[in-house]
Amino acid sequence: MARNPVKLLRTAVSSNPLLRGSLSARPFSSTDNSTPIEVETTLPFTSHQIEPPSRIVSTTAAELLKFYRDMFLMRRMEIAADSLYKSKLIRGFCHLYDGQEAVCAGMEAAITRSDCIITGYRDHCLFLGRGGTLMEVFSELMGRKDGCSKGKGGSMHFYKKENGFYGGHGIVGAQVPLGCGLAFAQKYDKAEAVTFTMYGDGAANQGQLFEALNIAALWNLPSVLVCENNHYGMGTAEWRAAKSPAYYKRGDYAPGLKVDGMDVLAVKQAVSYAKEHALKNGPLILEMDTYRYHGHSMSDPGSTYRTRDEISGVRQERDPIERVRKLVLLHNIASAAELKDIEKEAKKEVDDAIALAKESPMPDSSELFSHVYVKGFGVEAYGADRKDFKGLLP
Amino acid sequence: MASSALVQGFGGFSGLVSPFSSSSPQKRLIIGLSNLQSEQKKSFISVRSDASVSHFSNSVNRASKLVTNAVAVKGESAASPVSSKSGHELLLFEALHEGLDEEMERDPRVCVIGEDVGHYGGSYKVTKGMATKYGDLRVLDTPIAENSFTGMAIGAAMTGLRPIIEGMNMGFLLLAYNQISNNCGMLHYTSGGQFTIPAVIRGPGGVGRQLGAEHSQRLESYFQSVPGLQMVACSTPYNAKGLMKAAIRSENPVILFEHVLLYNLKEKIPDEEYICCLEEAEMVRPGADVTILTYSRMRYHVMQAAKTLVNKGYDPEIIDIRSLKPFDLYTIGNSIKKTHKVLIVEECMRTGGIGASLRAAIIENFWDYLDAPIMCLSSQDVPTPYAGTLEEWTVVQPPQIVTAVEQICQ
Repeated sequence: MARNPVKLLRTAVSSNPLLRGSLSARPFSSTDNSTPIEVETTLPFTSHQIEPPSRIVSTTAAELLKFYRDMFLMRRMEIAADSLYKSKLIRGFCHLYDGQEAVCAGMEAAITRSDCIITGYRDHCLFLGRGGTLMEVFSELMGRKDGCSKGKGGSMHFYKKENGFYGGHGIVGAQVPLGCGLAFAQKYDKAEAVTFTMYGDGAANQGQLFEALNIAALWNLPSVLVCENNHYGMGTAEWRAAKSPAYYKRGDYAPGLKVDGMDVLAVKQAVSYAKEHALKNGPLILEMDTYRYHGHSMSDPGSTYRTRDEISGVRQERDPIERVRKLVLLHNIASAAELKDIEKEAKKEVDDAIALAKESPMPDSSELFSHVYVKGFGVEAYGADRKDFKGLLP
Repeated sequence: MASSALVQGFGGFSGLVSPFSSSSPQKRLIIGLSNLQSEQKKSFISVRSDASVSHFSNSVNRASKLVTNAVAVKGESAASPVSSKSGHELLLFEALHEGLDEEMERDPRVCVIGEDVGHYGGSYKVTKGMATKYGDLRVLDTPIAENSFTGMAIGAAMTGLRPIIEGMNMGFLLLAYNQISNNCGMLHYTSGGQFTIPAVIRGPGGVGRQLGAEHSQRLESYFQSVPGLQMVACSTPYNAKGLMKAAIRSENPVILFEHVLLYNLKEKIPDEEYICCLEEAEMVRPGADVTILTYSRMRYHVMQAAKTLVNKGYDPEIIDIRSLKPFDLYTIGNSIKKTHKVLIVEECMRTGGIGASLRAAIIENFWDYLDAPIMCLSSQDVPTPYAGTLEEWTVVQPPQIVTAVEQICQ
């Protein structure tokens, strides 16, 4: 965040005679960074087998500005990835997250780095939210060696182990058992942390999800399954793929909560509620009602199975960044000009990162064979001309 | 010789220093296990490829008690290598149990996950008594959901736990193929080295006694081309325990293939702790006429055939390849350079089996040393029938091995 919002406000107020009057009734401390601001979520929570959390969410000016900045950065990053793909610098598959930023930003606000997140292939923004840098993102997308997976993973394989981000998986639904395994490890280590396993409405029909949920519920694992329901599984609409599109109810014995995924504060509230629940009572399902503006991936125009009117309608009425912008302006946390500055800064950051990533070299050819196996246990096999080998008992 | 001197000089070190500090970093022995108890003895084994062994330890320089060619076949001419004073006799499944028990005691991160492994004690009794000893969090009974519990174990391994996934029958792991291939094998690579998956996948496979087609599968051929996985097949109580321990300690995902019919083999194994090298083949019977490469249950068919062959005047060299991925081309190569003829006897299917890959690898590396085409005896490409006689004909039998050797040695 570039500037102190309180300072911004003071300069704005003192330079604008019209504003001075309106704010004199309200003391400056009410727009202080850490004063709680109470906001009501746009929609109520729908719940299954659990009490829904309160609709009143407590936030602060600093947090709202952070949301704005982070989500805008994510949006810019995805748009930039779009144009990089079209100029053939990114190849293969590229699944963009724009429209869904509120899920990521809201979740990060409610959890810590010792909680784990695992997701499918739409992982660019989640990686950024977990502390990844733009340089790592763009380098990996372009297959350079400074990428987070050294250029060997690509768009679908972003990982950041030290910050609790476990990827980044290409096969739909395969991350759900992995996520329950992470939760198992957290329980084993008595970590007092939770794993958030994200999947889409398409993956919600995978059998392994229900298998994993069953085991997680039996063993009381601190696992939260987050369904990012953007209503389209690749090119198939939700109503054509799922007999029961109430994904939050599909857990049956596991409680569920349906959340407006375009409202970052609702997401934050639901996630912190879910974390508290999962630590004590085992798994539950969060369904985030969200939307993606792009198609399933860059090779999908996104308009053959839905109308452009629908897409622009959602953008006008439910866009998550617009929502935060309105909140910021309503509570006079920053002026439109200041938000514009934040946006410009984000754009510059993205452009700089792309320029840097373009300079990054391709991986060395020796990297083809590294990391296939871990050299361990002191035993090495050389091949047909090996002279001797040693075994070491550690 | 220079190499053995290097090892002997090393015997005096306290063990945390790499003996190969002069060579490239890649040759450094990795000692990454941080939760070892300090009173643990560190012993070092140097195993030459000709199966001679030197064994050193910090405290006492013990005479070699390593068994390098243990064969648990009745009436086998080779004397039992473990003297009657030391060692203890047990069955193969007990050896697996012992290895597993020792590793679980040694490292609290090791856990076992599978169907009926806990309260039931394991369908082949490999985990008998462990649930009471280690608790429900370390010996985990799962519902019948191979895909998800394999995935869960791999997810746990990503954080540093060391799970051992038991498939009640190897064939059931086909349900978890996606997890094993894409996540287990590939995550280390696609994450650029961030995650290691120190998981062990084990279970009985192979053709049993009239178990039917679905329960008589040999999965070695299906997994062999997955990059990132290591595969080993045990065949005696000695190597079962050794390979189990080595697989658990390895940082790579290892698939340990056991065989349904070998669980009741009895053998005497050493009392002291030992491991078997995961990438090493075992010299079962040194010889000069022909190299017979085999693994798992077929080793015993080969040994049986060997008795007939010896009576007929042949001198087969029998190698149990043990390491199915990667192949121990060094041992195999040395043998081929001696005998110039190869016969592969395997239980895998003919098409796309381990024998097929081994043949290709031998031709690529040792073509000049071959005097005859490589013969490969494998199971027929049919689903294993139920009828006893038909089942017998699916698998390679000793008379076929004898005929094959006679044919090669003409």
